[in-house]
Amino acid sequence: MFSSAVLRILGVLLVMFSTTMIPPLIISWMSSDGSAGAFFVAYFATVSVGGALWILFRNKARELRVRDGFLIVVLFWTVLAIFGTAPLLLSPNPALSLTDALFESMSGLTTTGATVLTGLDNLPPSILYYRQQLQWLGGMGIIVLAVAVMPMLGVGGMQLYRAETPGPMKDSKLTPRITETAKALWYIYLGLTVSCAVAYWAAGMTVFDAVGHAFSTVAIGGFSTHDESIGFFNNPLVMIIAMIFMLVSAINFALHFTVVRSRSISTYFGDTEVKAFMVFMLLVITTAITVLAIWETYPSSGQTILHGAFQVISIGTTTGFTTTGFHWWPSFLPVLLIIMSAVGGCAGSTAGGMKMIRFVLLYKQGKREIGQLIHPSALVTVKIGNKPVPDHVINAVWGFFSLYILSYVGLSIAVTATGVDLITAFSAVTACLNNLGPGLGAVAENYALLNPATKLILTATMLLGRLEIFTLLVLLTPAFWRS
Amino acid sequence: MKIIVLGAGQVGTSMAEILSREENDVTLVDIDSEKLSGLQDRIDIRTVHGAASYPSVLERAGGHDADLVLAVTNHDEVNMAACQIAHSLFHTPKKIARIRSAEYLSHREIFTDSAIPIDVIISPEHIITQHVLHLIQYPGALQVVNFANDRVQLVSVRANENSPLIGRKLKALREDLPDIDSRVAAIYRQDRAILPNGDTVVEPGDEVFVLAAREHIHSVMSELCKVERPGRRIMLTGAGNIGLRLAERLEQLNFHVKIVEHNAKRAKEVSELLDRSVVLHGDAADEDLMTQENIDNVDAFCSLTNDDEANILSAMLAKRLGAKRTMALVNRSAYVELMENSLVDIAISPRVATVGTLLTHVRKGDMVAVHSLRRGAAEAIEVIAHGDKDSSKVVNRSISEINLPDGAMVGAILRGEDVIIAHSDTVIESEDHAILFVIDKSKIRDIEQLFQVAVTFI
Repeated sequence: MFSSAVLRILGVLLVMFSTTMIPPLIISWMSSDGSAGAFFVAYFATVSVGGALWILFRNKARELRVRDGFLIVVLFWTVLAIFGTAPLLLSPNPALSLTDALFESMSGLTTTGATVLTGLDNLPPSILYYRQQLQWLGGMGIIVLAVAVMPMLGVGGMQLYRAETPGPMKDSKLTPRITETAKALWYIYLGLTVSCAVAYWAAGMTVFDAVGHAFSTVAIGGFSTHDESIGFFNNPLVMIIAMIFMLVSAINFALHFTVVRSRSISTYFGDTEVKAFMVFMLLVITTAITVLAIWETYPSSGQTILHGAFQVISIGTTTGFTTTGFHWWPSFLPVLLIIMSAVGGCAGSTAGGMKMIRFVLLYKQGKREIGQLIHPSALVTVKIGNKPVPDHVINAVWGFFSLYILSYVGLSIAVTATGVDLITAFSAVTACLNNLGPGLGAVAENYALLNPATKLILTATMLLGRLEIFTLLVLLTPAFWRS
Repeated sequence: MKIIVLGAGQVGTSMAEILSREENDVTLVDIDSEKLSGLQDRIDIRTVHGAASYPSVLERAGGHDADLVLAVTNHDEVNMAACQIAHSLFHTPKKIARIRSAEYLSHREIFTDSAIPIDVIISPEHIITQHVLHLIQYPGALQVVNFANDRVQLVSVRANENSPLIGRKLKALREDLPDIDSRVAAIYRQDRAILPNGDTVVEPGDEVFVLAAREHIHSVMSELCKVERPGRRIMLTGAGNIGLRLAERLEQLNFHVKIVEHNAKRAKEVSELLDRSVVLHGDAADEDLMTQENIDNVDAFCSLTNDDEANILSAMLAKRLGAKRTMALVNRSAYVELMENSLVDIAISPRVATVGTLLTHVRKGDMVAVHSLRRGAAEAIEVIAHGDKDSSKVVNRSISEINLPDGAMVGAILRGEDVIIAHSDTVIESEDHAILFVIDKSKIRDIEQLFQVAVTFI
């Protein structure tokens, strides 16, 4: 099953990934923060392993099959997370253990934003930048990037693209050629990142912070270069910019593409998923602000609105930036917020969670069942934006939903079994499965205090969430490995 | 190039595949979503589900910036409507449609921009009929394609042991036929291409592509294999569109045609349409019927039904029963390859035969004809050279000076009315039609560029 064609592509991808070690290497060299050696060794290790695979299997090009797509994507994310640990392991500061480095690397790539690091402000700038960059690469999907820049992935690219891109309907291509589709997505992603960085910078951040936070905002990641996250800047303008870009990044990138091409904003308002997403956000924001106002959590009404909206958007889009921390918010708010992260953003965005469209479909399907009970012989079609949704898509959503719940329960039990209290266990699994980041209880600030076994389970949980369960679970079925 | 292909049938799907391999942006539209499913995984195209002639569907398929619409649905009317809509709404520069019905085809004047705007009409049935006809007229040829308004022909023949040229160098061809100029374009030996020169020795079993003026092609062929006069007794099976057309053409050319059709109603219809042909109602796989109808005296047997397996089997049976040459129409490309060195002498692939016509219009440069050879691996093209020495990379240069990619050669030139067989010192002039043979299709891009005029030349 580990056919040479798969290993060859893995080699190519690793070589591509190795080049991403160069920017932090330059930063390290320029600021002489002592991590240059670590990045150099990491670069060298990645490029040599990748190059070796590539050269070894260079003649084994063949078209990728559907199965290869799953295998490559899972293999690559795993291998990437492992190679991504190298700088964190080798750098004298923070000098992480292997488990911690793996957790941090996976959390970065899957845009979860959960961290085991404390004292970020004292870390070398290159390491800080590297963490932000990991998130950025993981956001749109590094394999989608590979499909965009390497024409050799041409035909099989569709398999890879589908295994990595989130959402229930992955068959729609933006352009006839898969490389063009991937390129379009990355251009939009790049455009958003640049505008976000410029906006942050204009609002008063340093260039380093602006770029770093733009990476993690647009990727909906949540890593920050400061312990206090966005709260560090204590700047309402920064919070507003962050809110806007988190919301924009949580919208389907295919929709951005249509808007850019047709040059009309109206496309957003016609999209069922975006409408549902915005209404849902507005509803939770209003609830949060009302409760915060009743409990008089914040001294002024301006602060209540600002913090309420920021925190809801940050958690709702599964970013996980914090200003004041929501875990000590009054009443049911902490639980509401952590649960709402399961909804996440829209399909085809960089957000985590189950994606809004699935909930819209589940809701409509539920409504259909009720309608069917009232009119037993009626033919009711589930429609999204006036287009009927094929039954197999709805079935897939149900399958996804049940597997999601099953994974959630199973993983929560597993985490509890490692000796963690219930609140921490359930919220940590929620936060990791939805690629959110901060949880409740012991993991409200960071994950440093958990034991290694818990961290390993959560590392796997993050990958499960990022690859939307199916892709990873496919590999665990015996049928996949039977030739 | 941005291309919309309408209709995911045999022709549509294979066109989409070939065009996307040539780095075009292809969108395939069909009304049957089942035909589309899975295609996106296999080939790098976008699929759109919907009725091909609806404006909204065409728009979703990228009608606004499409360079070419290729309408090959099953219905002539849908194809015409789709072209009309693409023309009126999106001003698509080039519209190609398949029109089958002879009724429409007999009034070519309706296909103008002011009436039904179709730039090029393709009729795969017509192309295949022509293809089979050539093969019947040239026994021994594996493939015959025409260039320069039929004045130049390229044929591929399998050299056999008792042909005069076996074991001799190609130079000998000139000694044997001093008055005839011809050019051996390529030799395939055990499926490997050899670019021949004068010292190449021909071996038995070689597949030789040779280019010559039409009136000479028979003499040249006879150097390579034992050529018999084309036999007069032809048997066809399957009186579908192709079968009927072929029978009509063969009648005109005074062949004796027997045509077998298993559908009684169709057989009756065809018998009314044909004059001298014998229409038989029955099964081509019926041994008794075949023996009764003197299959052992048949010079060429062609099975032309819609069913690949039936075609192959009946051709094999005919061969076993004594038919001299057997041909079968085979759609599946996997089968076409299987048929090499089998009882079936020639497997005719409609898709390879048709694709050339389309590629002519997709390629850059001023292409007159494109013919796909050897199941699409090689190609022969006729292209016009424009410009002068400065704006063009070929004009006013001798062939040895042209920077041709490996595996490509200029075989002949049509200058005005004259056919010139190309040699290394032949100089190409502006407006010459160059006929090129390309062994490796991936080199086509280079050739396109070679023949494109520099932008400054207007």
